[in-house]
Amino acid sequence: MRLVSNRVMLMAGVFLSSGLMVGAASAQGTTASAPSQSLIQMQANPADWVMPTGTYNNWRYSPLKQITAANVGKLQAAWTFSTGVLRGHEGAPLVIGNMMYLATPFPNIVYALDLNNNGRIAWKYEPKQDPNVIPVMCCDTVNRGVAYADGKIFLHQADSTLVALDAKTGKVDWSVKTADPSKGATGTEAPMVVGDKVFVGVSGGEFGVRGWLGAYSTKDGHQIWRAYSMGPDKDILVDPQKTTDLGKPIGADSSLKTWQGDQWKIGGGDTWGWYSYDPKLNLIYYGSGNPSTWNPTQRPGDNKWSMTIFARDPDTGMAKWVYQMTPHDQWDYDGVNEMVLADLTINGQQVPALVHFDRNGFAYTLNRATGALLVAEKYDPAVNWATKIDMDKTSKNYGRPEVVGKYAPGVQGEDVNTKSVCPAALGSKDEQPASYDPNTKLFYVPTNHVCMDYEPFRVSYTAGQPYVGATLSMFPAPGGTNMGNFIAWDATTGKIKWSDPQLFSVWSGALSTAGGVVFYGTLEGYLKAVDANTGKELYSFKTPSGIIGNVMTYEHAGKQYVAVLSGVGGWAGIGLAAGLTDPHAGLGAVGGYAALSNYTALGGQLTVFALPSS
Amino acid sequence: MTKLTLRAMLLLAALLTLAAQARADGSGNPAPVKEADGMWTDAQGNPTFKIAKDGTVDWYTDIGFLRYGANCLQCHGPDALGSSYAPSLVDAIKTMSYQQFYATVAGGKKDVSNSSNLVMPALGADRNVMCFINEIYVYLRARGDGALGRGRPEKHVAKPAGFSKTSDACVGS
Repeated sequence: MRLVSNRVMLMAGVFLSSGLMVGAASAQGTTASAPSQSLIQMQANPADWVMPTGTYNNWRYSPLKQITAANVGKLQAAWTFSTGVLRGHEGAPLVIGNMMYLATPFPNIVYALDLNNNGRIAWKYEPKQDPNVIPVMCCDTVNRGVAYADGKIFLHQADSTLVALDAKTGKVDWSVKTADPSKGATGTEAPMVVGDKVFVGVSGGEFGVRGWLGAYSTKDGHQIWRAYSMGPDKDILVDPQKTTDLGKPIGADSSLKTWQGDQWKIGGGDTWGWYSYDPKLNLIYYGSGNPSTWNPTQRPGDNKWSMTIFARDPDTGMAKWVYQMTPHDQWDYDGVNEMVLADLTINGQQVPALVHFDRNGFAYTLNRATGALLVAEKYDPAVNWATKIDMDKTSKNYGRPEVVGKYAPGVQGEDVNTKSVCPAALGSKDEQPASYDPNTKLFYVPTNHVCMDYEPFRVSYTAGQPYVGATLSMFPAPGGTNMGNFIAWDATTGKIKWSDPQLFSVWSGALSTAGGVVFYGTLEGYLKAVDANTGKELYSFKTPSGIIGNVMTYEHAGKQYVAVLSGVGGWAGIGLAAGLTDPHAGLGAVGGYAALSNYTALGGQLTVFALPSS
Repeated sequence: MTKLTLRAMLLLAALLTLAAQARADGSGNPAPVKEADGMWTDAQGNPTFKIAKDGTVDWYTDIGFLRYGANCLQCHGPDALGSSYAPSLVDAIKTMSYQQFYATVAGGKKDVSNSSNLVMPALGADRNVMCFINEIYVYLRARGDGALGRGRPEKHVAKPAGFSKTSDACVGS
């Protein structure tokens, strides 16, 4: 047998491309749009679940209260539906009137189910997509759901096609390509509609895709504006004088100044999380993801505006304020998690707040009108990469984390294994959204309790190929075997009210209800109901596969239902499938942690729960 | 050609059979016989691992662990044990030859049907992978043969002279 040269395959077609992203930001043809009265009105009807986040403020709270702490123990599976698709099912169905709409992972089938007819399939849409998009989806082929407005269903497909379907028939109304999957740009997030615009972002931080948020016309799909996360001011839609960062104007070239050379062109900062909207302030909120590559030494500087909370005008895209949580990321702590908008009383003052549980393990409370930082505290005591966020307004490091050098791969350097960093790259929480209950004034947060070793090294960029540059080993946080917690959080003080340990990371979005019951799913596949005040488990039911979907509720024919998608996968399905080991636990402990594959297997299914009749 | 005595040949054959029974994978007997620039090869010229009794691994096994982590882990899972949708390479390498491994990595693999959406990309143009394909193979071979446990190898031999220069030149900037 002959040894094949490992360089042979590289001879042809290898190149470094500059000017990777096509299409500059455009703000032409912008007309001030009236807020979507219909969606604003519709979201007030608790019988429906009109948008992926429940309501614009991302509360994932329902005023429905037939199901209560007293009777939830009697809950039963009312009906089930197999999606016919394996792999990770994130997101949740929508319910509008008598119709339920849900999207699957690749191939991104959309089902319209008739609730008046036992969930009969009213229509089904299945796009034809090039399967070559599958391996450029970083962490499974997930899709976080569809949006509804004006009689249309909006889907951002894996291959970055944004499509509008007739909600009655499933017929394609229009379709537009938003990015190039051959460069690693894919669609995974759930769109949000405000007025006559549908907002979508992009995934691809592990492929060097420069992130953006785009506004498209709901009528015909033309792009109205696009705001990149990094690059020249005209690309990122900021006003150097009017856009602020912690109250101060950001100045010219705020992003370019924080990158070396052209690295920003392949700099990541992708926008695959959840979006929220405040109709009164007319601002939309979202976060940007990790800078590329994972090797921090290859991208000196703060790498703005990766890892950033953006507040933008939905009509023009112009940023009102920004706040970068993790400057010069060295851990893959994407800032994309949901921005929950709630009016809170802090130090006796009523504040229009934005609450955000970041991957980096800190929960931030900001004034969402001004971007002022109010509270920043760890929501998992295991977090060790930073001691705290500097809250001293006179400090030059105001708003920045106090990074601990020995847990900072960028400080330790290339080819050094930085050990025992908490949290791991998947964060103290990933995309799985929290819920806010206005009655208890608590946030219910599904969390990860996992740490890592992080070893960065030099990588080269090839368009459409992974651009990672680090090897990670993950293991449960010290002092226990639980890899997750489900917590209740007081965002006014930054304190954990109660915490329920879970065997695995909790990778399911939470739902709170006026019945005093909070719901979430577990990776083993349990749907759980707990008491909103105490966290006491009131009900649990094992669905056919692990849950990484978000729990939702609706009312049909006068009866309250709770629904959730099962279908294990996503990052959790990769990292936890074979179980974690602790490299620092010494001999004998290796393999001591639970393997998810011993609990559950693939399979997409919707399970709908209700109280028994009579 | 050296002439071997019949007895010596029989002994050698027996030893080889024994070794093959004890330790054989898709590329045959992994026993290392030759080293060049840090890479060990087996009797048939395939890259292989060399792990000392105290757990010290050869350079290629160590680099293979790292490069696996950046390029393969996101589908095939930590320690090559598979994920919810991609197969365990610890198992696959047991029956896959070095040539099959090489062809699959470079050319990719598709299993797309009504019930399956498994696609491995063609990585033949990815220098982060192809510049280290022998290292990745050696790491996986060590995992598949049970010679290397989970997690990061604790000790490795010193970096061979010239390794950084060669790999940097291959990867480029």
